[in-house]
Amino acid sequence: MNWREACAIAFSILVGNAFAGDSIPASLTGAKGDPARGRAIVANRQVGLCLLCHSGPFPEERFQGGLAPDLRSAARLSEGQIRQRIVDSTKLNPQSIMPAYYRSEGLERVAPAYRGKTILSAEQIEDVVAYLTTLK
Amino acid sequence: MTARAARLFLALSAARLFVEPAAAGEVPLSERRSGYEFMSRETRAMQDDDTGNPGTLWVLDGEALWKRKAGASDRACSDCHGDARESMKAVAARYPAFDPALRRPVNLEQRINACRVGRQKAPALAYESRDLLALTAYVTRQSRGLPINITIDARTRPFLEAGREAFFRRQGQLNLACAQCHDDHWSGKLAGSPITQAHPTGYPLYRLEWQGLGSLERRLRGCLTGLRAESYPYGAPELVDLELYLMWRANGMRMETPAVRP
Ligand code: HEC
Ligand code: HEC
Repeated sequence: MNWREACAIAFSILVGNAFAGDSIPASLTGAKGDPARGRAIVANRQVGLCLLCHSGPFPEERFQGGLAPDLRSAARLSEGQIRQRIVDSTKLNPQSIMPAYYRSEGLERVAPAYRGKTILSAEQIEDVVAYLTTLK
Repeated sequence: MTARAARLFLALSAARLFVEPAAAGEVPLSERRSGYEFMSRETRAMQDDDTGNPGTLWVLDGEALWKRKAGASDRACSDCHGDARESMKAVAARYPAFDPALRRPVNLEQRINACRVGRQKAPALAYESRDLLALTAYVTRQSRGLPINITIDARTRPFLEAGREAFFRRQGQLNLACAQCHDDHWSGKLAGSPITQAHPTGYPLYRLEWQGLGSLERRLRGCLTGLRAESYPYGAPELVDLELYLMWRANGMRMETPAVRP
């Protein structure tokens, strides 16, 4: 983790607490993400993993998940609410099966290749947030 | 009976009603579904027809190995156990079983290797090797159609509890527990494929994805890798504990080895 990511995590924790875990209004990187890159991350089964559980507007993807709401339901959420759900959805629902994409601590028996790493980087999360806000 | 005693009695019997199905396994028997029931018609037909079921090849290999002399003792399995269709009937349905020497449950592969090394004086067969899968499939085939029958006693209870604990523990980078998929979301689909209730009724089984036969442990390692969790080596006590829990959880369900899965 570089200093910028460390600051972003510290910041997001502070801000997240201030909003009782429902929203992280500020970008994790301080910059806007790229929706086209975000779409590719969401569709990629090894990177975003989103379509394992969710469905969405991806006519080219044949096998989509049926465990979670269609991603188009994000239209009713603010950008900050979307960010919180990707960073760590268990803040809203402790029982959630959705993995926390920006968390590397407090996990058990993580495989060595992934230990100490978040599922997505801050930049990737901002790309995904940028993509989901286009679904309105 | 006084009104108060009657109320107490009613309350107690209602509590029993809720407690009992859980004690017999997390999913009540009437709601348990083998992976078979989630498959397409074509894949079911492949499992049902012995001549078209690719697992039959391993069963036939296993039958030949059963009768072949091996090791320094120059004895075959059949020299001690006779006709497997008699002596091995219903045996696999009660494995993993307690091994007094090791003071813990062992799975069928480990039991077969104990005979290889201890009785035949032959080297142990490697996990997932063609010969070990063949012998395991042949022995387990003698339980096909019979109900899984794991009995738990004071010696095996701690291992069952360890397996249950592992099943409910969130783990890996994805931070998911087996139970979150297989108890809570078995009717759902993960990327288009059914999740199923994770009943171990058909192992070793032929998986189209593997293009071959594989053990229950291979499947468990697959799910662990999917969670980006640390895996266990074949034969690890943690895997055998999980196998024991899964078999106990499926008590009363019919064995289908060699099954076919997508
Ligand atoms: C293992 C399953 C799983 C994966 C993988 C997953 N999600 Fe989710 N997601 C859920 C579930 C279940 C919910 C419903 C709320 C809850 O239970 O937390 C949800 C909720 C959401 C919501 C809120 C939807 C609403 O209408 O409130 C958004 C947005 C979202 N997910 C986006 C994503 C994105 C983007 C990814 C990938 C980067 C992703 N999810 C990966 C299971 C998953
Ligand atoms: C994110 C969801 C998920 C989690 C968590 C998960 N699995 Fe699975 N599991 C699956 C899917 C999908 C299959 C494939 C069904 C099939 O094709 O047989 C499967 C298959 C299985 C099977 C084979 C069932 C059969 O009929 O052959 C077993 C046994 C199993 N899982 C056990 C486990 C155990 C034990 C754990 C925890 C260590 C676990 N699973 C965690 C999704 C999951």
